[in-house]
Amino acid sequence: MSTKAIHAIYDDDEVLVSAAKRIHAAGITVKEVFTPFAVHGLPEALHVPRTRIAIAAFLYGLTALGLGCFGVWYMMIHDWQMDVGGKPNFTFYHNVPAWIPVLFEFTVFCAAHFMFWTLLFRSWIFPGVRPKNPDPRTTDDKFLMLIETNDTDKVSRLLRETGASEIKIV
Amino acid sequence: MFKEASIREPLILGDKVSYHQITEDVARSVEGKANKMWWTAFTVAFLAMLWGFGCLAYTVGTGIGSWGANKTVGWAWDITNFVWWIGIGHAGTLISAVLLLFRQRWRMGINRSAEAMTIFAVICAAIFPVFHMGRVWLAYWVMPIPNQFGSLWTNFSSPLLWDVFAITTYFTVSIVFWYLGLIPDFAMIRDRAKVAGNKMREMIYQILSFGWSGRVKDWVRFEEVSLVLAGLSTPLVFSVHSIVSMDFATSIVPGWHTTIFPPYFVAGAIFSGFAMVLTLVLIMRKVLSLEQYVTVKHIEYMNIIIMLTGSLVGIAYLTEFFISWYSGVEYESYAFVNRASGPYWWAYWCMMTCNVISPQLFWFKKIRTNLMATFILSIVVNTGMWFERFVIIVTSLHRDYLPSSWTMYTPTWIEVGIFIGTLGFFFTAFLTFARVFPVIAQSELKTIMKISSKVYKNKNNQH
Repeated sequence: MSTKAIHAIYDDDEVLVSAAKRIHAAGITVKEVFTPFAVHGLPEALHVPRTRIAIAAFLYGLTALGLGCFGVWYMMIHDWQMDVGGKPNFTFYHNVPAWIPVLFEFTVFCAAHFMFWTLLFRSWIFPGVRPKNPDPRTTDDKFLMLIETNDTDKVSRLLRETGASEIKIV
Repeated sequence: MFKEASIREPLILGDKVSYHQITEDVARSVEGKANKMWWTAFTVAFLAMLWGFGCLAYTVGTGIGSWGANKTVGWAWDITNFVWWIGIGHAGTLISAVLLLFRQRWRMGINRSAEAMTIFAVICAAIFPVFHMGRVWLAYWVMPIPNQFGSLWTNFSSPLLWDVFAITTYFTVSIVFWYLGLIPDFAMIRDRAKVAGNKMREMIYQILSFGWSGRVKDWVRFEEVSLVLAGLSTPLVFSVHSIVSMDFATSIVPGWHTTIFPPYFVAGAIFSGFAMVLTLVLIMRKVLSLEQYVTVKHIEYMNIIIMLTGSLVGIAYLTEFFISWYSGVEYESYAFVNRASGPYWWAYWCMMTCNVISPQLFWFKKIRTNLMATFILSIVVNTGMWFERFVIIVTSLHRDYLPSSWTMYTPTWIEVGIFIGTLGFFFTAFLTFARVFPVIAQSELKTIMKISSKVYKNKNNQH
């Protein structure tokens, strides 16, 4: 028997979440679910691992803060000590309060932008990428569960039981 | 399923609400044709924008001497408008970031349009200081880039440079936040165009939607990034206007040298930002028939914020006045007495009436739930906030330490023209936004449909 893809359409998010729980419990791997909005409880029901993107953002911010400190030290202290109003910049330590705004902004700038780029790369969404949702209604009001299986009859029966309104075998 | 308290008023009205209905209502403005009213408004705004471009070109060609600013009043109309626009640009990210962290569901009806407004307002704001530099083509010198002049770096201790960093960060991060939310909504329009067989629209929105397909993991990342962006944007919102206020507060000009400036400016910015959101949203909900998503309750919440921040601003005015006398510094006292009774008294009292007295009307529920009253007051508030900036900048400068250099400031038609031009740009951009972009964050709104809509709340209460 060859592996076939089943597209099961659900009409309601609560039905979808309870269906996902049952299907997962039955030991069937759900390949993907396409939803029009973030359905709460669905990632947990499918045991989708937590995203580490927030940790990445923290690291980007930390790197930016370090780079920012280095840059300001290099420009203001090492390369050219500016003397404004008889208050020269001799040490980083004594002058850093005046640079907190810039360091803060640079940290936020890098953390936010690099996090966004990480999202784009991880989800592979860019201008020109072709969408992968098999049914255009999944951005409107339908929820599509994609399962790849050998035993289409058994899985279809289970999907129907859990409340799928349409089942298509591709 | 999470249930909301039954005494909380619903945020989505209408008797036949469904996921599909939300899609239809949001897509209608993008898919439909613009009416005469829209074209009239667009033409007026566009002409105003062109007029502004003309005045900018004249300024660049002739020089800053074509403005009314002089040796004593070096900052005047331009910086007034800069601070005014930046203030207006505060509501959007406040609504989408701070209210997200506070889990306020009412943000979802208005965050998209408020963020769009933020972005357009920041563009308008940036025009003024950039052109005030005089040699616009050298504007990139504010960036610390290696250059051919040897060790010539920007001064990181200067509040003006902090401003460059703050506004650049605020502007670009706001765009990212706004665009992230737009991606799934563009995908919705793309897929509708696919079903309808509209190839051109499908292609445009496919590019705009970055090929979003709404997989589980995509949504997990989407929500995480939204949350972290909100966490990053919240201190950012407060930092931007704090830093703008430090342009003044770190100087030694009497009337500017005030430690309460940062919180006072932030409160003022939120005050004027919400007023502008109300001005736009009240028209938008009517014209695009979105009354069931932007309800009177939303407007009431915004009015309460206006009342709160208006009162904060009022307290700041009185504190400033008191401290100028209590400090015993003659120059400070004079600066404040001069504001209230000097040649610019009319600007001061206009500011006091519009900003301190008028928002107090919102204590009455009848007034804060009345749309006409809200619309008028929102314009009054922004007029008042414009005068606040004018009072702070011009009246503090026009009579300085040396009485022989005391002078008056009057704007020239070119300065007025640039301001009209920014208003024109702002409305041109917003009107375009209302026709091309989904004006309500529909994918977010769908997550609260079962919690906060009237139909579902009634259904839940019957059990």
